[in-house]
Amino acid sequence: MGTERTKIITHIATARSWLAANSRWVLILTLILALIFPFSVKTYILSLGIEVLIFAIFAMSLDLLLGYTGLPSLGHAAFFGLGAYILAYVSSNSELALGLTDNLLITLPIVILGTALSAVILGFLALRTSGVFFLMITLAFAQMLFSIAIRWSSVTGGSDGMTGVPRPTLGIGTWHLSFTDRADFYYLVLAFFCITWFLLRYIVRSPFGLALRGIHANEQRMRGLGYNTFRYKFTAFIVSGVIAGIAGMLLSQYFWHAVPHNLFWNMSGQALIMVVVGGPGTLTGPVIGATLMRLLPNFASTYTELSETLMGLVLILFVLLAPGGIFGIFHKKR
Amino acid sequence: METLVIQTLNGLVFSMLLFVMAAGLSLIFGQMDVINLAHGSFYLLGGYIGFTMIRQYENYWLALIIAPVIVGTIGFIIEYAILRRIYGRHHHLNQVLFTFGLALVAADLIRWNWGSYVITVAAPPQLQGQVPFLGIQFPVYRLAVITFGLTIGAILWIGIERTRIGMILRAGVSDAKLLSGFGVNIQLVFSGVFAMGTALAALAGVIGAPIHSLYPGLDFEILILTLAVVVVGGLGTLKGAFLGSLLIGMADTFGKTFLPEFALFLIFAVMASVLILRPSGLWGLRGQR
Repeated sequence: MGTERTKIITHIATARSWLAANSRWVLILTLILALIFPFSVKTYILSLGIEVLIFAIFAMSLDLLLGYTGLPSLGHAAFFGLGAYILAYVSSNSELALGLTDNLLITLPIVILGTALSAVILGFLALRTSGVFFLMITLAFAQMLFSIAIRWSSVTGGSDGMTGVPRPTLGIGTWHLSFTDRADFYYLVLAFFCITWFLLRYIVRSPFGLALRGIHANEQRMRGLGYNTFRYKFTAFIVSGVIAGIAGMLLSQYFWHAVPHNLFWNMSGQALIMVVVGGPGTLTGPVIGATLMRLLPNFASTYTELSETLMGLVLILFVLLAPGGIFGIFHKKR
Repeated sequence: METLVIQTLNGLVFSMLLFVMAAGLSLIFGQMDVINLAHGSFYLLGGYIGFTMIRQYENYWLALIIAPVIVGTIGFIIEYAILRRIYGRHHHLNQVLFTFGLALVAADLIRWNWGSYVITVAAPPQLQGQVPFLGIQFPVYRLAVITFGLTIGAILWIGIERTRIGMILRAGVSDAKLLSGFGVNIQLVFSGVFAMGTALAALAGVIGAPIHSLYPGLDFEILILTLAVVVVGGLGTLKGAFLGSLLIGMADTFGKTFLPEFALFLIFAVMASVLILRPSGLWGLRGQR
């Protein structure tokens, strides 16, 4: 028993140092695999890939709050859903919506502005508290948006949501790109994913990101050092909200609709599980978490109808046994 | 005028339900610093177990006693077997995540066992019908719920302020570590409090079933409103739970009558204004812990 354990620990240590030494090659290889992905798989798998990428963006945005800043938001679906609904309102052809354009150069700034504005309002209120109060308030706010989306059907389409959301295009003047085709849309999502990954990696390694980690570790001391911690948390909240909104936008374009479920606590919970299972405060961990948690129900549904029980159990197991997540097992944290 | 009286009474009914919920949530938080996100699940579980008992034995009063006992026992086991292993790690976030996982599992299992359709539960035969009250006809059962909520509140208040167990609980709110230094079995207190809190949730579930019916999703609807109560009223005090329940219960009932599409938005507005004025709630324990 004892020797087995030592063996496993040695194996993990070897894998850890190998990963650390070859991280650049792993990155390049992953990228190449991601690029040839649509050519090598069936449509069903490609669909799963798109979903995984979108949810990975969502999970990474939550990681900035939960893992780096130590803000346990349980209502991140608020921004995810808002992104979806704003996009739907601008570009959907249903009679409830404006149906203006599907051009990303116009819709993307509107989504960013809309989610940023709501993050300003929610952040201003929620960040007046901390700890469990922050958690309760984010959860409550998101649920309220959910209930408004269901009840205010003359604007939101009620429980059916908004249908007829087009896949996006990109164009200036006569130059024009369409992402209607599934494989083309995959590359668009991949591009958003890469931008998010590098942007967030840049942010968490910048002085700003280090300050966020400082707040996570000891907010009192950061304040003592002269940091205006509210301003840092507020900025992180807005950045995180906008990225979640973009993920929501992509999801509504992918599924051709925006539905209240995008705002549901269950959605916030999924993102949270992805971060916790993958490893909070690692960025790559939540990507692994998103992959697992999107694939697991798909494969589990063949054997059991209780896929949500399974997800809950996975969360409980990780909380109890491996609080550092999968990434934490293979990487020394920081 | 008639609508006003009816809606005020309905608001009181809902406030009392919320109060029983919030008291349990607040009790657990006061002792253990844990926000139990499965609290709504225990409400729903209590309601469904109560419904099954009523169907089986055709006795509402038996259900009213047995359902909280069963759910309380489940709560005791959960605290004893798992929750106590994760005290103190990671600023309590892990405990909250644990209860969240529990809520996911419970929601799924409840739907699996009782189905996803709406179940209506009849009021006990002794309390059916309507009586004239302040110039209107009002269901007897709802008046009984108001009385019941006030009674529970009084019992809890006397229990906490006037008994030896209450003394231990109050000491635990101030300093659980010191209390255990005085020879009190604090682990047992924690298990007991968690069982008590979950039993209160189940009690609210049985009382609420004839009014709100039972359906999947109700767990989080109730949980959100209970959270709103403790955000507004403050955590850790009975007074906060009571007054917060009145505020949220009334806001929800009147909101649903006069602004049906924005009922929750009204609650949002109440919460936002309290947050701006007093981030730790109107009557909560001072400061963040």
